[in-house]
Amino acid sequence: MEIPYTVEARPDTGLYNAKVGIWLFLASEVMLFGGLFSAFVLLRVSAEPGTWPHGWQNIVLGTTNTIVLALSAITTLMAWVACKVREFGKFKFFHGCTLLLALTFLCIKFVEYSEHLNHYEIKLTNGDIYDGDMVSNDPARDHVVISGRKDSSEMDLYDLRAQKISESEITIPRSQIASMDNYGPWHNNYLALYYTLTGLHALHIVGGSIVIGYLWGPGRKLWKKDPERFTNRVEVSGLFWHFVDLVWIFLFPVLYLT
Amino acid sequence: MDAHVEQFPPYRAHDAHAHDDHGHAHHEPGFWGKYVFSTDHKIIGIQYGITALSFLFFGLMLMLLMRWQIAHPGKPVPFFGHLLELIFQHPGIPNPAAGGVISPDLYNSFGAMHGTIMVFLGIVPLAFAAFGNYVVPLMIGAPDMVFPRVNMASYQAYFLGGLVMFVSFFIPGGAAQAGWTSYSPLATSIPTHGQLFWILGMILLISSSLLGAVNFIGTIIQLRAPGMTWMRLPWFVWTQFITAFLLLLAFPPLEAAAVMQLMDNVAHTSFFLPTGLAVGGHLANVSGGGSPLLWQHLFWFLGHPEVYVLILPAMGIVCEIIANNTRKPIWGYKALVYSVLSIGFLSMIVWAHHMYMTGMGTVISTFFQLTTMIISIPSVIILTCLFLSLWGGSIRINTPMLFALAFLPMFGIGGLTGLPLGFNVSDIHLHDTYYVIAHFHYVVAPGTIFGLFAGVYYWYPKMTGRKMNEFWGNIHFWCSLIFMNLVFMPMFSQGMAGMLRRMADGGANYSAAVNSHAGGDVIGGLSPFIMSLHTPILWAAVCLGIAQIPFIINFFWSISHGEKVDDNPWHSTTLEWQTPTPPPHGNFDHAPHVYRGPYEYSVPGHSTDYTPQNESEVSTPASPKIPTTAH
Amino acid sequence: MSEPHNAPATAAPESHDDHPVEFDSYVRRCAGVFVVVVIAVALMIWTSYLPEARLGWSAKIGIILLIASFNAFIVAGFLMHLISERKMVYTILGFTVTFVIGLFALTLYAMRDFPLHTVTH
Repeated sequence: MEIPYTVEARPDTGLYNAKVGIWLFLASEVMLFGGLFSAFVLLRVSAEPGTWPHGWQNIVLGTTNTIVLALSAITTLMAWVACKVREFGKFKFFHGCTLLLALTFLCIKFVEYSEHLNHYEIKLTNGDIYDGDMVSNDPARDHVVISGRKDSSEMDLYDLRAQKISESEITIPRSQIASMDNYGPWHNNYLALYYTLTGLHALHIVGGSIVIGYLWGPGRKLWKKDPERFTNRVEVSGLFWHFVDLVWIFLFPVLYLT
Repeated sequence: MDAHVEQFPPYRAHDAHAHDDHGHAHHEPGFWGKYVFSTDHKIIGIQYGITALSFLFFGLMLMLLMRWQIAHPGKPVPFFGHLLELIFQHPGIPNPAAGGVISPDLYNSFGAMHGTIMVFLGIVPLAFAAFGNYVVPLMIGAPDMVFPRVNMASYQAYFLGGLVMFVSFFIPGGAAQAGWTSYSPLATSIPTHGQLFWILGMILLISSSLLGAVNFIGTIIQLRAPGMTWMRLPWFVWTQFITAFLLLLAFPPLEAAAVMQLMDNVAHTSFFLPTGLAVGGHLANVSGGGSPLLWQHLFWFLGHPEVYVLILPAMGIVCEIIANNTRKPIWGYKALVYSVLSIGFLSMIVWAHHMYMTGMGTVISTFFQLTTMIISIPSVIILTCLFLSLWGGSIRINTPMLFALAFLPMFGIGGLTGLPLGFNVSDIHLHDTYYVIAHFHYVVAPGTIFGLFAGVYYWYPKMTGRKMNEFWGNIHFWCSLIFMNLVFMPMFSQGMAGMLRRMADGGANYSAAVNSHAGGDVIGGLSPFIMSLHTPILWAAVCLGIAQIPFIINFFWSISHGEKVDDNPWHSTTLEWQTPTPPPHGNFDHAPHVYRGPYEYSVPGHSTDYTPQNESEVSTPASPKIPTTAH
Repeated sequence: MSEPHNAPATAAPESHDDHPVEFDSYVRRCAGVFVVVVIAVALMIWTSYLPEARLGWSAKIGIILLIASFNAFIVAGFLMHLISERKMVYTILGFTVTFVIGLFALTLYAMRDFPLHTVTH
């Protein structure tokens, strides 16, 4: 039993089935990320003035990730082009690059998350506020050591772009600590949105990598039997990958630059 | 037109692609491959149907338990009390069904799950996935859905989601309690895991719906048989098409919101938790700054299109049955098509009429009232077309037609009673009362469900080759109609008198408090008469439940003992009746060629009172025709 | 009529944009897109670092989002072939964009539009 238009295009729509399918799926993904972005806009706009963080992200890592993903979008397209001109060797090379770039992206993301989770805000019993990266949190010792600074007020924590930060190693006795919280999603809504948005995006990178990895590896058997159908699969998975890049094109400025 | 035919490849004949030959000819799947892990749309449709009907029945049981509690607050449930006590027994925590009495927490849990199960596990899978999967490819002349394996995956995701929801009853603390709407901050303040299971179940169900929606839209766009133009589609296919679009575009923001509520629940974020939130008398240890309204917006962005998802497939089924049993074309096919397109579009911009009481300003409130009123127009057009189709028809009464006919006034009541809810000025009085419950149950219960029952009786002969028993079908119909009305009609009065939703004791404490404060019966305090309506409602609900038993028995008994019929017992024009019974894998030998519209009944000069869509003017030897009873 | 015409054999790749795919033209296209993307990213970073006195945050966000949208248009148009796609795809995306805008605009408006004389929201 053969489903028509799996490979050849249907005359009146000009599309083959998987193309219609992937664009429909991408439409739903636009609504998904649209829902999350609308949450971002609403929470941003309703925040108390001066309490929305600026400059909490590592711009170097973020920009690197942006370039990495843009490159991977290029290699994805070139992999499809290689299939179209029936040069399988080039396909293997380009999608191999795509997979490596995806891995790079995820590693950099992991580093960013670790950096955040290692950054603490410490409130003392006398009302002083310190923030910095944890150097030593040994439970056996009666003090913690951070590499950071003392904030003159709560507001100092937020707009890091507007300040000159000088960091030094500070030792704080545990007895003086009223509360200690690291920069996880629970810390404030900006971080909650950051982790949720980039986390969901990273899950999509993983999903896309699995599909591309399958086509690059075990799935390449279809190339010998039906190269046109294989090419269509490469195109459709490429469209998904490009969409994931598109989401990052908006995520990066919204989370890192604003 | 014939030249156009040449470009469409055959479905099952020899083809050039070598890989298909050994794919098709040699594999014969065993039991598991054929009935459990099937990619055939008909099997998947039946899987969805049976699972959904089971969940509908389970939801009915939950409702009966709730109605008992409302009519007899604090009294142990007869027969089932012990069972409840056993199920909810967990070491270390108080039993919410101690002594067989439904505690308020347990009542809330039943209420939340009744809604969730009926909507997401019952009606949508039955109306959209079950009927759609079985009938739509046949109706458009396709060999299967466009992505058969994705189809199987969507059923499996639905099944898993249903399993998660079902299992949540048995965990310590029980199932979700925060309503089917799962409003924050309540949803994340309840200290049990029921909400977590609810969110995970919803994520699975939403994914299932998304996969299904992609499949339906793709199939209808790409796999229509040659000659099946858009305006020759049976209207049922149009309603499924729009329903699929609503699911595709409206569900994802809820999925986004569910992910955020999951984060609130598990990672202690504050997406929906405001600053200064106090839980149990203590300040909650959260970062605050969130917005409960945000959850409501994202939920109802789906929530409103969802109700059109519930009604449109049923309207489509009713249309098919009315055309078939009046032996004349449907009145206003074009109007029906444009109306369903308008409903689809408008339904995405009316959602905040569920939120009039959240303190929104007059400008935005006016906007939503306007769009809400406008959307009633295409709904009325649809109902009018269906009513007008009866005029001058040669009406045949059978069980499907009884349900289809009853759908019209029942949906009329449901729809018209929605109008006072659509205006914020009257909604102030009616919001969150039993009036709302009566309104939406009229639309879905004697509305959609009657449409779905009609569909079961109507398409049963195509699935099994036998008709369901007419006598018991009639009993099922009349009892359901009478008892549905007896259950829901009094609720309009109760709602207008001020009885609020979700009160575990049926309003007894609320009423006593208001009356004693005001010194006598006042509006808002519930009179003894209003309170006394609980008992007849309970009896009507029990009888409604009992009335489903003949249907269940009929359904299974008729598989082997029903009256045997041929391939087209209703003498219908649409393509699904032009196949063998049951349709084989691949449905058609060759893509049927469609020559005419879907409702060519009583065409003057024709030898029979129906002309199938694939019957050409002249039968040519070169285009093999599936034999019909016409000649 | 004659028997149904089978789909063309797989040897001749029939690109759905009805012209054959050339490797080198795509290399040029990709290089161009990459350069544009890098420039757009650099512009966005430069804009975000402009001092507060020169440009307030609202204006900066507006400009950055504009550049990001242009960036997205380039990626979608050229890497996803949206520039030369079919009407069906445009229709699907058109409705999607309309509803996303509805979601943003109506929700924002609803949460910012209060009855007169209220203090908090």
